[in-house]
Amino acid sequence: MRVLGRSAALATAGALLAGCAGGPGGGGGKISDDRLVLAVLTDQSGVYADLSGKNAVEAVKMAVADFKAKYGGKAVTDKIEVISADHQNKPEVANSKAQELYDRKKADLILDVPTSSAALAVATVAKNKKKLFIDVGAATTELEGKQCNKYTFHYGYNSYMLAHGTGTGVTKDGGKNWYIVYPDYAFGQDMQKTFTTAIKGAGGSVVKSDPTPFPNDNFSTFLLKAPGLKPKPQVLGAMQAGGDLVNLVKQYNEYKLRDKGVKLAAGLMFITDIHSLGSDALAGTRFTDFWYWNGNPGNRAWADKFKAKTGARPTAVQAADYSAALQYLEAVQRGGTDKSDGVVKQLEGAKVNDAFTSTGTIRAEDHLLTHDAYVAEVKPKSEVKEPWDYEKIVSTIPAAEAFQQPDPSCSL
Amino acid sequence: MLQQAFNGLVGGAFYALLALGLAVIFGMLGVVNFAHGAFYMLGAFGSFVLLDSFGVNFWLALLIVPVVLGIAGVLLERLFVHRLAPLDPLYNFLFTFGLALILQDLVKRGYGVQSQPYPRPSALDGSIDLGLFTYPTYQVFVLAVSVLVCGAVWVVLTRTRVGMIVRAATERPELSRALGIDVARWVTPVFGFGIALAGFAGVLAAPMRAVNPLMGSDLIITVFAVVVIGGLGSVFGSVAAGFAVGLVSALGNYYVPSLSQTLVFILMAAVLLWRPAGLFGREEAL
Repeated sequence: MRVLGRSAALATAGALLAGCAGGPGGGGGKISDDRLVLAVLTDQSGVYADLSGKNAVEAVKMAVADFKAKYGGKAVTDKIEVISADHQNKPEVANSKAQELYDRKKADLILDVPTSSAALAVATVAKNKKKLFIDVGAATTELEGKQCNKYTFHYGYNSYMLAHGTGTGVTKDGGKNWYIVYPDYAFGQDMQKTFTTAIKGAGGSVVKSDPTPFPNDNFSTFLLKAPGLKPKPQVLGAMQAGGDLVNLVKQYNEYKLRDKGVKLAAGLMFITDIHSLGSDALAGTRFTDFWYWNGNPGNRAWADKFKAKTGARPTAVQAADYSAALQYLEAVQRGGTDKSDGVVKQLEGAKVNDAFTSTGTIRAEDHLLTHDAYVAEVKPKSEVKEPWDYEKIVSTIPAAEAFQQPDPSCSL
Repeated sequence: MLQQAFNGLVGGAFYALLALGLAVIFGMLGVVNFAHGAFYMLGAFGSFVLLDSFGVNFWLALLIVPVVLGIAGVLLERLFVHRLAPLDPLYNFLFTFGLALILQDLVKRGYGVQSQPYPRPSALDGSIDLGLFTYPTYQVFVLAVSVLVCGAVWVVLTRTRVGMIVRAATERPELSRALGIDVARWVTPVFGFGIALAGFAGVLAAPMRAVNPLMGSDLIITVFAVVVIGGLGSVFGSVAAGFAVGLVSALGNYYVPSLSQTLVFILMAAVLLWRPAGLFGREEAL
């Protein structure tokens, strides 16, 4: 109660101050405490630090710069700050950091938050404090399902998109029989279920699925088992991520499973994983991506700017962070207010057309951003013309098919 | 089936190499070296850095990395471990634990958390026909080298005077001292040797496993279980248990995948119930 009381007092004081000061921006006075604070709550040293982390903060800063350049003196405010914090992929840390960011650092918006359990913790804080949260890095569909709330948005991708992109796509292309190996924890179990549903839905079958230890560095038992299963699987569906996926793929190649007629499909893979393995190790592997830096000239132009700032090529998650921040600022500009309810109203149903997607819609029913997704294939080394250019886009999954229909259990 | 068993032995090769180093260090210094996994990781990273920045190939790395890490181990023992040894064993436990975290974080800072690419040496690409089945050449190489190294260590330990001193000092340090053996003189080289072995295992792992800062900490828990199963301080026990654990986890993965994570620890519990000092440990050593 005391905490709430104090934050309410602060908010009032902030509003009063802002009212008195007037503020230099075009919409002077409508912005509480006369500034916008975008907080990037991310993984700064754990397993997701490379695919989101400090470069996600840079992406958000790029959005702020682009917004300022676009509106100049007409911007609703020119005081826009970007701050960041580390949640260490732990839900309890994410919870307390989120409270601190909203209350003490006066964040108007929290962004990024990879790791599903941490994302769900922040969503609860956002709901209780009636503050905005746009999740970018987490895969769980709970964010727009059972645990959805008015102040939380889900941007980028989710486990449904991965399963239906790769599972359905590969099955329809003739990979009917699957052997699924998944890491034995929440993420892997969830992926195993959604993939099985997608594969069956597309007319295929799952010959067998095995849980593997997590983390694990020796997958040889499962790889040796694969060709001997009856009926023989045509596809090995690997739901591992990060270092585990790298281990598995190295060993997949040693056992020459591709030559034995068992193709590899990856449940969740990022461009950073391909870089770790070298593209020859993964050549021909199918997976679902939701943005690729060299996918079209527009993406490339943005990726070049990003590289000039960070020295790296952006991951899809970082591009989505940019878009989420930009769309938030646009919503504030349109509505002329940073009050959460006002911004939510502006975001619901908004069409998104920027460097991340030209086909985006923020669904009013469940606050999920739907947009085109892609079935991608890893290029063999001979086709890689420049560093980091590892992917070939095989097909586009239209926005309407890429994501699930709104879940009736979500009520905002 | 036979192939799966073979498979387990390859996995066990890493456990054996790491457990061997851990066992000699524990036996002689009474130090549970929590940084052992970090040195294994440094071994893999060392070969990556040699290749990436200096173009040094796998074969040279297999020589250079263990030597460099062995020297680092010697310095470490002289500068820190040695000074902490007379104090409560907890000091060295905390020191090596902290060291592991520091090494891991330094590598993380330099190279990020993503795995680094390391190709298989071209001479070991392809597979070998072993009669009953064909097997990747590299895996056969790993198994052969590790058996060879463990065997060589075994010969040195049992057939030479130096080996006898080290063995005596490892398995019965107090008694050896009482018999006039200068145990202290052997402590530093043995520590360095143990670290060099961990680095050697790391170089072997680079072409077939993910080279990232966490690779050591993921593995070390199992290696501790191996050392306990083999009997703390027993050199032979550690090697035997290393291969046995590899075998058990491979077969466990095959028949009951969902249990495979805990199987090693079930085995450890069973062994300890039956022989509280481990398979080859001595009761009085406790």
